[in-house]
Amino acid sequence: MSGGSKGKLALYWAASCGGCEIAVLAIDEKILDVAALFDIVFWPVAVDAKVHDVEKMPDGSIDVCLFNGGIRTSEQEYMAQLLRRKSKVLVAFGSCAHEGCIPGLANASTRQQVFDTVYRQTPSTENPAGLEPQPKTAVAEGTLHLPVFYDTLRTLDQTVQVDYYLPGCPPEAERIWEAIQAIVEGRLPPPGSVIGATTTVCQECKRTRNEKKIKKFYRTWQILPDEETCLLEQGLLCCGIATRAGCGALCPQVNSPCIGCHGSNAGVHDYGARLMAALSSVIDSNDPEETDRIIREGIPDPVGSFYRFSMAASHLRRANKKATATPAESKR
Amino acid sequence: MSNAFKPKIVAFLCNWCSYTASDLAGTARIKYSPHVRILRVMCSGRVDPTFVLKAFALGADGVMIAGCHPGDCHYIEQNYKTIRRHSMLRYFLEQMGIEPERLRLVWASAAEGQYLAESIDGFVAAVQKLGPLHWSDNWLEDGQREEALEEIVREHAAAMEVPV
Repeated sequence: MSGGSKGKLALYWAASCGGCEIAVLAIDEKILDVAALFDIVFWPVAVDAKVHDVEKMPDGSIDVCLFNGGIRTSEQEYMAQLLRRKSKVLVAFGSCAHEGCIPGLANASTRQQVFDTVYRQTPSTENPAGLEPQPKTAVAEGTLHLPVFYDTLRTLDQTVQVDYYLPGCPPEAERIWEAIQAIVEGRLPPPGSVIGATTTVCQECKRTRNEKKIKKFYRTWQILPDEETCLLEQGLLCCGIATRAGCGALCPQVNSPCIGCHGSNAGVHDYGARLMAALSSVIDSNDPEETDRIIREGIPDPVGSFYRFSMAASHLRRANKKATATPAESKR
Repeated sequence: MSNAFKPKIVAFLCNWCSYTASDLAGTARIKYSPHVRILRVMCSGRVDPTFVLKAFALGADGVMIAGCHPGDCHYIEQNYKTIRRHSMLRYFLEQMGIEPERLRLVWASAAEGQYLAESIDGFVAAVQKLGPLHWSDNWLEDGQREEALEEIVREHAAAMEVPV
């Protein structure tokens, strides 16, 4: 921090659920330490500064901006660009900003498919006129604008340059506090790094591991796993093998498989591809037909299972827009 | 010059069998399609699904993986993992809206130069039939985006002006 005075901190959310905002408060009374170290100059859910206040700030005047959420609309893209300009350090905070997270799964659909589901097809929707949001609406007083909804959700670093990443859906309170301390004390890794562990959830998991050989994948409701053995060995699709550590293996501890919210481990670009590589290795069959059967019966939704938190950050980023129907639809 | 679609095809060939087969094809002057870009890997089991997805994302229209016949792997059983990864990838590609036929697995021993050349030609023809993939087109937004971003800047600038 410069000159002994308080630093300036901004927090913002884009396409996300709000969990990251709450995660910031999960550091409990340490939030008071944060307030002692920083002036919170912008945080729409908690303080009253407005966007035009940020616009009036000199460029680079915010010391740290914790930005959560992916970029789904033109308004979010504008805010990402604005906060990038105004901030010295921009942190992609949480899985959405880092890898797209659950909102990024909508990249399996197009904007029109999303609108059709939300404004027409859900059973509780009453919309006889078939209205859907329009970016421009002419009224007597002039033209009203709504943000444009994009076809593809993008991660923060696909939109603007990002200095650091804090993984997790949401990041754990301890990791957030460690990151804040690292920022305050200037102990930061090289720009572009993820602030977090460089090993996988398996490393933190206390379960007994043997050689893995899987004849059948089960879904969580199909079996009651024993509490000692590795969940993957029991046939549950546990994503711990590919997922960055940092959570203390919370889910396996309570007999539930890891779903991969901390995203890819250090040096890995495509989380799902690594998971596919690892899972294929442990399938106990050398026969192509049997392999196909084991995979297709046990994993009904490969995209949702392998890329639950990282579709937008994967190599392909989204499903093919030109393909007319997804297999899920054609089966209906 | 014909205007036929010239696909970009990436082929991962294992060092011990398939790449040697392509060498044999070369020394025997067997011709095969020039649309294939061959990458040598130590084993077909080295082909991480990441390589395949990255190839598609960067503009490949098809990806071929070739290795030793099952049972003949230089590393004993790694090509069995290739079989499973190939299964897994095809299943995933289907859901992503990419024709699984754009990914092909071939077994060619070091003596099968002729067969490898024919397999390459066959795959190139199949991809030509499917047409271009041009994956990065999927990331483009329509013109509304630029316009909306400019509009936000205009609106905010107008709102910043203090009325006299």
